Amino acid sequence: MTAATIATAPKRPSHFRYVVGENPVTAFAFVLFGLFVLLAIFGPAIAPYDPLYTDSAAALRPPMKGHWFGTDSVGRDILSRVVVAARMDFGIALAAVALSFAIGSALGSCAGYFGGWTDRIVSRGSDTIMAFPLFVLAMGIVAALGNTVGNIVLATAIINLPFYIRVARAEVNVRRNAGFVEAARLSGNTNARILLRHLFPNILPPTMVQVSLNMGWAILNAAGLSFIGLGVRPPQAEWGIMVAEGAQYIVSGEWWVALFPGAVLMLAVFCFNLLGDGLRDLIDPRRRT
Amino acid sequence: MLATIAKRLFAAIPSVIGVIVVTFVLTRALPGDPAAYFAGPAATTEAIEQVREKLGLNASLPKQFVRYVVDLAHGDWGQSHSTGQPVLTELAQRLPASLELTLCALAIAALVAVPLGIVAATRPGSWIDHTCRIVTTAGVSLPTFFTGLLLAYIFYFLLGWAPAPLGRLDPYLTAPPPVTGFYLIDSLIAGDWEVFVSSAKQLALPAVTMGLFVMAPLARMTRAAMLGVLTSDFIRTARASGLAKGTILYRYAFRNALLPVVTTMGMVFSFMLGSNVLVEKVFAWPGIGSYAIEALTASDYAPVQGFVLTMAVLYVLLNLAVDLTYTLIDPRVSLDG
Repeated sequence: MTAATIATAPKRPSHFRYVVGENPVTAFAFVLFGLFVLLAIFGPAIAPYDPLYTDSAAALRPPMKGHWFGTDSVGRDILSRVVVAARMDFGIALAAVALSFAIGSALGSCAGYFGGWTDRIVSRGSDTIMAFPLFVLAMGIVAALGNTVGNIVLATAIINLPFYIRVARAEVNVRRNAGFVEAARLSGNTNARILLRHLFPNILPPTMVQVSLNMGWAILNAAGLSFIGLGVRPPQAEWGIMVAEGAQYIVSGEWWVALFPGAVLMLAVFCFNLLGDGLRDLIDPRRRT
Repeated sequence: MLATIAKRLFAAIPSVIGVIVVTFVLTRALPGDPAAYFAGPAATTEAIEQVREKLGLNASLPKQFVRYVVDLAHGDWGQSHSTGQPVLTELAQRLPASLELTLCALAIAALVAVPLGIVAATRPGSWIDHTCRIVTTAGVSLPTFFTGLLLAYIFYFLLGWAPAPLGRLDPYLTAPPPVTGFYLIDSLIAGDWEVFVSSAKQLALPAVTMGLFVMAPLARMTRAAMLGVLTSDFIRTARASGLAKGTILYRYAFRNALLPVVTTMGMVFSFMLGSNVLVEKVFAWPGIGSYAIEALTASDYAPVQGFVLTMAVLYVLLNLAVDLTYTLIDPRVSLDG
């Protein structure tokens, strides 16, 4: 909530309540987000079965009492796997977004503040990343660096970098000669200190909106990569892989294997997108669409 | 006009160079020793060393880069280990399938999203507007591979309306003689109605799957752009002068809102090329995306590199096309700026 604090510090509670009250969808997104976070934290503790326990006698059972989401081709409980996978998917997305937020906003701030060569190099680099279809670039990176979860995080972080660089660069650029920055400079602050203490807090609100929108993409991206067999390896529970495992059964009528993980994945991404829209309404009412 | 095109082509060169550098770096970072691969499993260390020398893998990185670029320019994109074919030939064979799918999906998305966005903008706050907001937010949340499966389940398994999600054509039919490589067009050229219907049926589900995914950003941008234009002064003047509603909406407002919409189409194409891979896998579509996945699972690196490069070049070309359409839509836009 740092974002809201900065944007509307004097009357935060009323503004927050006003925006959420006017748009119940945002409130719903916040609640849903809380639920997902709880799931990611306590998932393994509340899953009814061991997500890796196989039981070939109970393979491909439709949803029923005891197995609310049914069982997959080797008899694993799908509900348990969906619940446990939340930590995996959220972990990947969070790590990737945190990484691109940290590196992207640092690079973008420097580019916007110093201008000149720094700006040219950073902008060129970010343009080069944007010259690729992003998912394809992620595929290439993971294929090149090796098929591990760490590289999925790295690839997702790299393809999201340009968005942070752009936002941070633009926000710093308009403020680099603002009165408060001049004042800070005159009173003897170093460039690093001005960037960190005076400019960085100003770019937080727009980047936070970006973070929330990006989380959804990052989850989609990670799940997509796992779906085509990159990154997370079976039998590890992850939503994209579970959909891939269910893909071959859906055309013969066993819909539950792919449907439940797919639907939860969709809900998670939906939640982040709503949250991003809601945060933008809170922070920048002019950009509401 | 030709001069502006040439100028814009020139401006695309840095992105192409960037793309080639990145793919080169990715090639060198790939796991596995290509020399060992080429020499075969029974090769001695000496034989591997010889192959390495022959492939130029002992040279310095800048030298290797020059060699890489020269090879690319000569059309030598390496060979696929699993099929033994040159990568460029295979990519060229499979590219039309991917393009046909992507362009159809874009057409579907634009035909639905643009009118939806216009209607939502003319009636802000109405139920259509709210539907538009929900649809657009839900649309960007859809994992393409999941919607594809869902559509296949509903329309193939439950309703039986769609053919089995396997490939571009009914297995009992033969492909039309290739002219453009697009089955829809080729079958019409050959006058083969049966093939046309069959390929249209096969194409429907994957194209709709991809279209759904990109409908959202398009509808959202159309709505936002139209809202912006509709509140501007010249529209108020047009209204006050008593022009017909349709004339105001389409002749005055929409033409001015078109620019950001076309920009979004360019951006959306990036998503589409990515989701292409997933959709092709779900529907066993024989395009370059499924080619890359097959190669990935076989740890066959040359096709993957060729695929990444092709996609990037396609995307650069598309952005070029988008920039050029600007000048057609809006004479005020000059490419010099």
